Amino acid sequence: MGKAIGQAIKRKEDPRLITGQAKYLDDIQLPGMVHAAVLRSPYAHAKINSIDTSEAESLPGVVGVFTGKDFADLNPLPCAWQAGGVNNNANTPRTLEIDKVTFTGAGVAVVVAESRYIAEDALALIHVDYEVLPVVVDAKKATEPGAPQLHENAPNNICMEWSCGDEAATDQALADADVVIKQSLRNQRLIPTPMEPRGAIGVFSPVAEDYTVYMTSQAPHVMRLLMTAFVFGIPENKLRCISPQVGGGFGAKIFLYPEYCMVAAVSKKLGGLPVKWMETRRENYIATTHGRDHVTEFEVAAKNDGTITGLKVETYANLGGTLSTIAGGIPTTLYGRLLSGVYKFPNIYCKVYGTYTNTGMVDAYRGAGRPEASYLVERAIDLVAQKLNMDPAEVRRVNYIPPEAFPYAPASNILNGLKYDSGEYEGALNKALELVDYKNLRQEQAAAREAGRLMGIGFSSYVEICGVAPSAWIGLNGEGWGAGLWESANVRVHLTGQVVVTTGSQSHGQGHETTMAQIAADLLGMDVADVRVEHSDTLGTPFGYGTYGSRSAAVGGVAIHNSVQKIIEKAKKIGAHMLEAAPEDVTFEDGKVFVKGSPDKAKTIQEVALAAAVAYDLPEGTEPFLDDTTYYDPPNCTYPFGTHVCIVEVDKDTGHVAIKRYLAVDDVGKKINPLIVDGQIHGGVVQGLAQGLWEGAVYDDNGQLVSGSLMDYALPKAHFLPMIETDSTETPSPVNPLGIKGAGEAGTIASAQAVVNAVVDALAPYGITHLDMPLTSQKVWEAIHSSGNGRE
Amino acid sequence: MAEITVTVNGKSYTRDVEPRMLLVHFIRDVLGLTGTNIGCETSVCGACTILMDGQAIKSCTQLAVQADGSSLTTIEGLASNGDLHPVQEGFWEKHGLQCGYCTPGMIMASVDLLQSNANPTEDEIRHGLEGNLCRCTGYHNIVKAVQYAAEKMQGGN
Amino acid sequence: MYPAKFDYYRAASVQEAIQLLQDHEDAKLLAGGHSLIPAMKLRLAQPPAIIDIGRIAELKGVSHDNGSIKIGALTVHADVAASNVLKSNCPLLAEAASNVGDRQVRHKGTIGGNIAHADPASDMPAAILALGGTIHLIGPSGSRQVAAADFFIDLLATDLHEDELLTAIEVPAQSGKTGSCYLKFEHPASGYAVCGAAAVVTLNDDGACAGASLCFNGVTATPHNASAVTDALVGQALDDAAIDKAVDANLSISDPMGDMHASGPYRIELAKTFAKRALKLARDRA
Repeated sequence: MGKAIGQAIKRKEDPRLITGQAKYLDDIQLPGMVHAAVLRSPYAHAKINSIDTSEAESLPGVVGVFTGKDFADLNPLPCAWQAGGVNNNANTPRTLEIDKVTFTGAGVAVVVAESRYIAEDALALIHVDYEVLPVVVDAKKATEPGAPQLHENAPNNICMEWSCGDEAATDQALADADVVIKQSLRNQRLIPTPMEPRGAIGVFSPVAEDYTVYMTSQAPHVMRLLMTAFVFGIPENKLRCISPQVGGGFGAKIFLYPEYCMVAAVSKKLGGLPVKWMETRRENYIATTHGRDHVTEFEVAAKNDGTITGLKVETYANLGGTLSTIAGGIPTTLYGRLLSGVYKFPNIYCKVYGTYTNTGMVDAYRGAGRPEASYLVERAIDLVAQKLNMDPAEVRRVNYIPPEAFPYAPASNILNGLKYDSGEYEGALNKALELVDYKNLRQEQAAAREAGRLMGIGFSSYVEICGVAPSAWIGLNGEGWGAGLWESANVRVHLTGQVVVTTGSQSHGQGHETTMAQIAADLLGMDVADVRVEHSDTLGTPFGYGTYGSRSAAVGGVAIHNSVQKIIEKAKKIGAHMLEAAPEDVTFEDGKVFVKGSPDKAKTIQEVALAAAVAYDLPEGTEPFLDDTTYYDPPNCTYPFGTHVCIVEVDKDTGHVAIKRYLAVDDVGKKINPLIVDGQIHGGVVQGLAQGLWEGAVYDDNGQLVSGSLMDYALPKAHFLPMIETDSTETPSPVNPLGIKGAGEAGTIASAQAVVNAVVDALAPYGITHLDMPLTSQKVWEAIHSSGNGRE
Repeated sequence: MAEITVTVNGKSYTRDVEPRMLLVHFIRDVLGLTGTNIGCETSVCGACTILMDGQAIKSCTQLAVQADGSSLTTIEGLASNGDLHPVQEGFWEKHGLQCGYCTPGMIMASVDLLQSNANPTEDEIRHGLEGNLCRCTGYHNIVKAVQYAAEKMQGGN
Repeated sequence: MYPAKFDYYRAASVQEAIQLLQDHEDAKLLAGGHSLIPAMKLRLAQPPAIIDIGRIAELKGVSHDNGSIKIGALTVHADVAASNVLKSNCPLLAEAASNVGDRQVRHKGTIGGNIAHADPASDMPAAILALGGTIHLIGPSGSRQVAAADFFIDLLATDLHEDELLTAIEVPAQSGKTGSCYLKFEHPASGYAVCGAAAVVTLNDDGACAGASLCFNGVTATPHNASAVTDALVGQALDDAAIDKAVDANLSISDPMGDMHASGPYRIELAKTFAKRALKLARDRA
């Protein structure tokens, strides 16, 4: 490798971001642009009898008012991951709903006006006759007799039933165990809250009869595919999708949403006027997807020495009122199959019911299924430790998959021959214990308890499936993903020696323009400044599946690597010709082609690029230009892992939890840019801590989102947090030539259970063994004071 | 409509505005200075933070008419003669941003913080930025960025 | 995010503001805007007319005269928090103001607007009540003064009449061996007080309690005055045990607010804890 990979260089994208010059969706102004506002259902479950738009239409400044009936020719949005037998009961949203709504916030009409202010005025003038229906919001209660039924084709509101593992063997393990612990838990609903809400601008060209849609998307190519092939029924080349600067996504911007279709369809109705819709935060909370929301019961079986012999899980996963794009895959493939964690559990069985409720759609949110699995596994470990009065670190140690067991096939069966690639789990634990000085820490805790203070230490050892994914695995019949998950890259070395990399993945904060440039520059022996990375426009970039599942480096980055390798091979051929040497006699090192052993007489990659571009003297049969495209389908996923330690102190008078220290030891394989990797870890950790302590979406019994604003939904603020200590071990992934594993979700997958385990550890003197997230001050205080020995 | 005159980044503008227009919409949509972002409507997130007469405010919680006669600084006006402000430099050096959406507001709030407290402790930085939300960084590198700027503004390196 | 239409009037003087209020039914006064504009953005408030009083210079500033401190209604929280007059003579008010919102909000939000809005979770009402403050009001029939204890009537409801303007808050300057403290348990999302405790303690030369007051924000619909607690403290030597005992024995709140964030019983428990902590800090500062 060269000099660019592994360097903590400053980001190339930052100058425009720190000076206010970046163009996010709402910053785009097009000539003649009009503004849309969506009328959303105030009811969680209702039939739409009629909609009267006449008064709104007559308001000065209003350009048009449309309802679902105006777009009846458009198909419902597709469900692209129909896991667990979802087929004829995939109820998905429409561009605007026509007959009924199944959650508060579903769009029923749209006003287009000269300004957004006028459009909002007109919303109040639309009269909808709703027939209000009974409501159910809880994933499990929705399946009980007598619950309101949301969709005729989904009896008992069950959208899907899915299982993995061996039920009989797991039951036997439970029967044979020294101890069995049964626990119910909730993994609460979260609101992703990227700081930039969603938005879209649709432009129809009446002349070309095609569409351009700007959208806040993590996957513009996939959006084009889904909109054209499934919703509009037009060829792909009739739609261009552009993601401009995107202000965070965390999963919520992966999916196809009604509004992206709406702006395109409305622009066509209006003869090609550009139509902008920008989400308010209130809309973002009720109409953009949420994450998690599991109701679970599990049993864990163990021997008296702490060895876990079985794990049996039953989960009701709330999917919301309609199905989002990949909703089915999250609580199944990405959850159940991860329930072995970093441990050699011999028996696992997981049953999942995905259910419809009168709540907003639930889909992938940072980690997507894997945090839910990891949380459950790590709580189970601590429950076993507490029950057996063992040190939680030791229970982890005795259950780790040992290094010699890789590649390892967990009992949760990650399918189709897929195995954990590599790992040194105990190494990460040992490093973490050393860095926190564990022995002293326990003494400190004992002293604190003696002094009446509640200090707690929590662990989390995790593994995640990243670098999604081999197409043959993810697309396997039965898991229901209808496509591959390879990634693309085109690399061109222009005649000036400047390199342009185009990628099918999409950057919304991850720093691709820097890290991908580092990969290309490193291999080509060039300066990072000479490599430009372009992405996020279906015109001009090869098809790609987008950015999620910690896949951009581990899959997209490898596609760049492979393209560069092919370019180097061609450069060697041309360079040899220029040096009048035989191709097999030359080598490429440090940006130069030279005859082996004679580096003094070399042709730089820039000289070769010029020769290749002007092309008047190329070896016979060689095409001009250094240009190559790769479609890289990974042979396996990657499996980052690590151990995190969280230290808390609980104020027993108020229940307030203070995070005193947080240490993350992660193994993300080879790091392209440690600065960016650390940033990903910091942010990921804090999102998990936020689930542990503060965040939780709450619907009332009428299906109203009561945590509907940032005044109610507690996003972490700077003063809630300590500095996040990071360290790492480095086990290069054998899956790809760069040794990359992925880092985008690791922090989130690890951290919620670390803080929950720490709080439960702090509360152990009160006999408390479990509390459901978020561990709000009130909840902790109530736990202490209802424990029987809370009052002294 | 009401006529207002404001100075933004040193340049005077006189415009007719609807009284209900929020200052942030005036800055973004009337003046075309789109560096100031909007992240909520409840005055919590701070993405819209600008300086008004030298002090940080949330421009989503002001009417444009209230700003009549005032002098505003937005993110576009922070660098001088092409030189980044030390706070901007700190955010770049310390990787204090990822998606960048909260960044203009975060930078303006940090500038204000350092005006009133040139050498803040970590705790003072964290509390000083309680009016600004970031979803990407976990604030770790934002704290470092402000520390970098504080040091630089006091003549350090 | 997009307020409804309204007519806009800018008042150059208090008299003009009063006249405008009479001329425009259901008009709302706009000072810093930090209570009104958020409600208008969500269209929870759609006043037909707005009277902008934000530029009336006579309503701004802190003055100290003859043992009494007057804070103009338009004085922003940041200026209250930074006021040397207040820091020296009435630090409780400065401390409470430094807890309001965030630095951006404190640069625009005004003390008068805050008090007039009477959000029970705001930081200022309990401090003003604990100080025995007076609210100055003016209307078409002249000016009047209302004791803070009488001003807060109910949730978001005060004795400020629709045709009146709040002009100032007056509090007595601290005297003798007095200490004060404002402590709050903040809501993690909004930053508002789930429970805010404002305590003032005056000691005799011998260290015994000569007088005290203790009021809460966030616990009840109007700021709660725990006079039974402070009555019990007078004359006592204020060691920690005496404070704990007085609070435990005498703090009685019968009508706490409760919501998804904090139940009534939890708020009462927070009040007990914060009462003890605030009284002890006030004592230490005396």
